[in-house]
Amino acid sequence: MFLDSFPMLTLMMLAPIVGSLVILMINHKDQDIADRNIRSVALLTTITVFVMSIFLWVGFDNNTADFQFVEKHDWIGDSISYYIGVDGISVLFVVLTAFLMPIVVLSSWEAIATRVKEYMIAFLILETLMIGVFSALDIFLFYVFFEGGLIPMYLLIGVWGGANRIYASFKFFLYTLLGSVLMLVAVLYMYMQAGTTDIPVLMNYDFAPGVQTWLWLAFFASFAVKMPMWPVHTWLPDAHVQAPTGGSVILAGVLLKMGGYGFLRFSLPMFPDATHEFAWLVFALSIIAIIYTSLVALVQEDIKKLIAYSSVAHMGFVTIGIFVLNPNGIEGAIFTMLSHGVVSGALFLTVGVIYDRLHTREISRYGGLANNMKMYAVIFVLFSMASIGLPGTSGFIGEFLVLNGSFAYNSWIAFFAAFGVILGAAYMLYLVRRLIYGPLDKDDVKAMPDLSLREKIIFAPLVAVVLWMGIYPNSFLDPLHATVENLIETRFSNNVGHAAQDVTPDAAVGR
Amino acid sequence: MNGNIPELLPVLPEIVLAIGAMILLMLGVFQGNKSYKQVANLSVLLLAIAALLMFTQVGGERQTTFNGMFVTDAFAVFMKTLTYIGSGVAILLSGKFLTEHKIAKFEFPILIIFATLGMMIMISANNLMSLYIGLELQSLSLYVLAAMNRDRLRSTEAGLKYFVLGALSSGMLLYGISLIYGFAGTTEFDVLATSLRSDGTPAIGIVIGLVFLLAGLAFKISAVPFHMWTPDVYEGSPTPVTAFFAAAPKVAALALLVRVLINGFPGLTHEWQQVIIFISIASMLVGAFVALVQTNIKRLMAYSSIGHIGYALVGLAAGTQGGIEALMVYIAIYLTMTLGAFAAILSMRKPEGMVEDIDDLAGLSQTNKPMAVAIAIFMFSLAGIPLLAGFFGKWYIFLAAVEAGLIPLAIIGFLASVVACYYYLRVIKIMFFDEPTASFDGEHGGAVSFVVGAAAVLNSPVSFLLISPLVAAAAWASGALLF
Repeated sequence: MFLDSFPMLTLMMLAPIVGSLVILMINHKDQDIADRNIRSVALLTTITVFVMSIFLWVGFDNNTADFQFVEKHDWIGDSISYYIGVDGISVLFVVLTAFLMPIVVLSSWEAIATRVKEYMIAFLILETLMIGVFSALDIFLFYVFFEGGLIPMYLLIGVWGGANRIYASFKFFLYTLLGSVLMLVAVLYMYMQAGTTDIPVLMNYDFAPGVQTWLWLAFFASFAVKMPMWPVHTWLPDAHVQAPTGGSVILAGVLLKMGGYGFLRFSLPMFPDATHEFAWLVFALSIIAIIYTSLVALVQEDIKKLIAYSSVAHMGFVTIGIFVLNPNGIEGAIFTMLSHGVVSGALFLTVGVIYDRLHTREISRYGGLANNMKMYAVIFVLFSMASIGLPGTSGFIGEFLVLNGSFAYNSWIAFFAAFGVILGAAYMLYLVRRLIYGPLDKDDVKAMPDLSLREKIIFAPLVAVVLWMGIYPNSFLDPLHATVENLIETRFSNNVGHAAQDVTPDAAVGR
Repeated sequence: MNGNIPELLPVLPEIVLAIGAMILLMLGVFQGNKSYKQVANLSVLLLAIAALLMFTQVGGERQTTFNGMFVTDAFAVFMKTLTYIGSGVAILLSGKFLTEHKIAKFEFPILIIFATLGMMIMISANNLMSLYIGLELQSLSLYVLAAMNRDRLRSTEAGLKYFVLGALSSGMLLYGISLIYGFAGTTEFDVLATSLRSDGTPAIGIVIGLVFLLAGLAFKISAVPFHMWTPDVYEGSPTPVTAFFAAAPKVAALALLVRVLINGFPGLTHEWQQVIIFISIASMLVGAFVALVQTNIKRLMAYSSIGHIGYALVGLAAGTQGGIEALMVYIAIYLTMTLGAFAAILSMRKPEGMVEDIDDLAGLSQTNKPMAVAIAIFMFSLAGIPLLAGFFGKWYIFLAAVEAGLIPLAIIGFLASVVACYYYLRVIKIMFFDEPTASFDGEHGGAVSFVVGAAAVLNSPVSFLLISPLVAAAAWASGALLF
C-alpha cells in the first residue's frame, strides 16, 4: 500500500509545528484581525492533521500485530533512534488526539480572548507531543514526548486558568514529574541491561523476575500518577478545575490516556512476571478508586470537579481491564479509554458552554436549563448517559467488556467494579437533575441563550462518534484484536483468562 | 627534546596567551582606561587565536612537555574549547555593564585572559606542581575580578571573602599535595598512577593527602560542603564577573579534578569514589533545597550551579569512561545554559539601574516576549525537562551512574531534580503568570541579545540535531584519558 512508505506520522507531527510557526509570524496592527487569523490557522492545521489521521486509520491493516507506518532513522550514537510507528493499541489514540484538537480550537474561539497567539501555539505543540507519545517506538523518544508535554500544559493551566491556577499548575507539573523520574531510572537500567532503547526489542526481552519487580514499580509510579489512580489522583481535580476548557478537554481526553497506554505498551509486555505479581495491587487500588471517587463525586459542588472525579473512577475500570489480562478486558479497557476521551471531553465542553455564559461552575447557581436551553439539555443528557454507560452509547461497550473480562478472571472484582456503574449513574443523574431540571427561577440563568451555531458544530461530531461507538463498536474494536491477542499470546499464554474468549464483542453488543 | 629547551609546540596556545596578555597590558597602561574597548576586543581576538592554534597546531594527540609537567590530549582540547568559549563570552557580555558602572578598566579583560591561562594550565596539568601553579594563577585573577567594583561594599566583600576562603582551600590543597609527595615520593600523575597500582594497599598518608586534595578542589568547583562562598561571591560580584565565575572556571576545575583522579589515582578509585559520591549527593540536595527560598536571581543561580556541579560529579563518581563522557556532555550543555541565563540577567535593567530580584521579572512575557521565552528555555533546560538540551545532560549522567551500579545515587539525583524544578518553575511562573510590573528598558546592548539568542537556540529543541556530534566529541575526548 502506498501509505506504508509515506511518512504519515512524521507529517502529522510536523504539521502542528509548521502551523505554530505560521501563527508566530502573524502580525497585524488590529488585534482582532490578527487573533481571527491565528484562530483560523490553528483550526486549519488541526483539521489537516485530523484528515491525515483518517488516512492513517483507513490505511491501517487490522490483520497484523506488527507495527505499521514505521519510520526509523539513526539519531544519537548506535542505539537511540528516531523510530516511530503504530500498532492496534496506539493507532486509535493517535486518531483520538487528532479528532479532539479541532474541537478544542473551536471551543476556545471566544472563550480565550487574551494572548491568543501563545495559546494556540501551546496547543499545537502539545498536539505534536501527544501524537509523538502514542507513536514513539524508541523508549528515549517516548520519554522526551511524554515529559515534554508537561511544558505546554503547565503554561496552559498557569496562564489561561482559573483563580487558583498557579497552585494547580505547579501541582500538576511536580506530581507528574516526580512519578516520571522514577520511570526514567528504570528506562536507564533497561537501556543498560538490554543495550537498546528499541521498544519492539524490549517488548520481547526477558528481564530477570527480581529485576522486573523494581522496573514494574518504577513504571507504575509514573503511569499511576498520569492515569491517575487512587491515591495519587489529587492533582487531577485541581488541574481540571483550573485549566481553561480546552485544556480540560485535552487533559481528560488525551493526557490521561497516556497512563493506560503506558501500561499496555511497557508494563505488560516488558514485565509479564511482575504484572502477574502486582495485579492484586492494581485491582485493589482500582476498586478503591471506583467506589471512593464515585462517592466523592456525589458531593461535589463544582461541575468540573465532579467530572474530574468521575474520570478517576472511569480510569479505575481501565486499569482493571488491563490487568485481568484477557482479550475482553484489555480491549474493553482501550475502548473505555477512547470512549472516555470523547465523552469526558464533551462533558467539559458542555461545562464550558454554560461557564462562558455565567462564569461560574457552581452547580447550585444553575437549574432548569431544560426550559430555556433545550438543545443544550438534550446534548448534556446524552453525554451524561454515555458517561453512565447506557446501552447504545460508547460508555456501555467499554464497561461491559471490562466487567466481562474481570468476571472471567475473578467474580469478586467484577462485583465490586460493578458498584462503579451504579454510583456513576447516581452522581451523573443527580448532576443532571440539579443542572437541567428543576425550576428555572434564577434571572441570570433565564437569560442564557441556547447553543450558538459554533457550539452546535462542535458538538455534532462528538454526538455522532458517541453514538457510532455505542451502536457499531466493531469499527473501533477491529484494529485492536490482532495486537491484543498477540500481546496475550506471547507474554501471557498460560493465562486462565482465555476462558472468556467465547464471549466475543459482537455477541456482547447483541445482548 | 633539543638541548635544555623543552618542546614548545604543545604549549604554543598558552605561550601566545601569556605574551599576548602582556602586550595588551602594555597597551592598556600607555593608553589608560579609555582603551577598555580596544583591549577587550583584542582580548577576544587573542582567545580566538589561541583556540585556533590549539586546533591547528596542537591537535588531539597526546603530547607531554616540560618533563611531563604539561600534557595535552583530546580531553584537554575538549575542555579548553569550552573554557575559551566561556571566557570569550564573559568579555563580550561585560562591556555595557562595566561602562555604565564606571568600572570599565582595561585590566578587566586582561585579568580574564590571565585567569584563562591559569585554567589552560590546570586542564593540562600532569603534575601536582603544575596543577597548583595553574590553580593559583586562575584564583588570584578571580579574586581581583570579584572585587572589581571596589567602590561598592558588596563587591569588595565578595572579593575579600573569596580570597580568604580561597587561600584556606589552597592551604588544604598544598597540605594534601605535600602528604602525597611525602608518602609516594613523586608529584607526577603518571608515576603516581603506576606506583599506586602496583603497591597493593596504599599508605594511609596518601589517602589522607588525597582527601585534602579533594577538599581543596571541591572548593574551586563550589561543591558542598565547600560551597559557602558561592552565593555571596555570586551576588556581590559584578554580574558579568559572576557569569564568568559560573562558566569557565567550573569547566577548568572539573577537568582538573577528572584528570587528577582518573590519571593520578586510578589505583585508589575505591577511596575517592566514596568522597565524590558524598559531595555529589550533598551538592545536589543543597542546590535543590536551599535555592527554594532565594529571592535574588544571582543567589538562585549560585545554588543552581552548586546543584549542577553535583550532577556533573555523578559522572565522575561512576569512574568509568562512560561517566567521564557524560560529565563532558553535561558540562558543555551547562555552559550554554548558564551563559545564557546570566546574559538574560544582564538584560534586567530598569531606568534606575540593574535589578536582581526574581520578582522584577514579573510579567516579562507580556512586556518582552522573546526574552521571556529565552529565559523560560534556560529554566526548563536547567531543570532538565525533555525537549530541551538540559535533559540530554541528565540522561547521560544518570545512565553512567546506573551502568556503574550506582542506582541509589541516580534515584537521589532525580528526586533532587524534581525539588529543584520547583524554583525554576517559579521563575517561569513569575514571568508568564504574574501581572507585569514596569518593563525593562531593553538597552542591554547587542552582545547580550546575541548571547541570549544563541544560547536559547542551542538549548531549544534544535539541540536534538546537535546532541549527536556533541556526544561523539565527548566520546573521542574521554577516550584520551588513560584507562
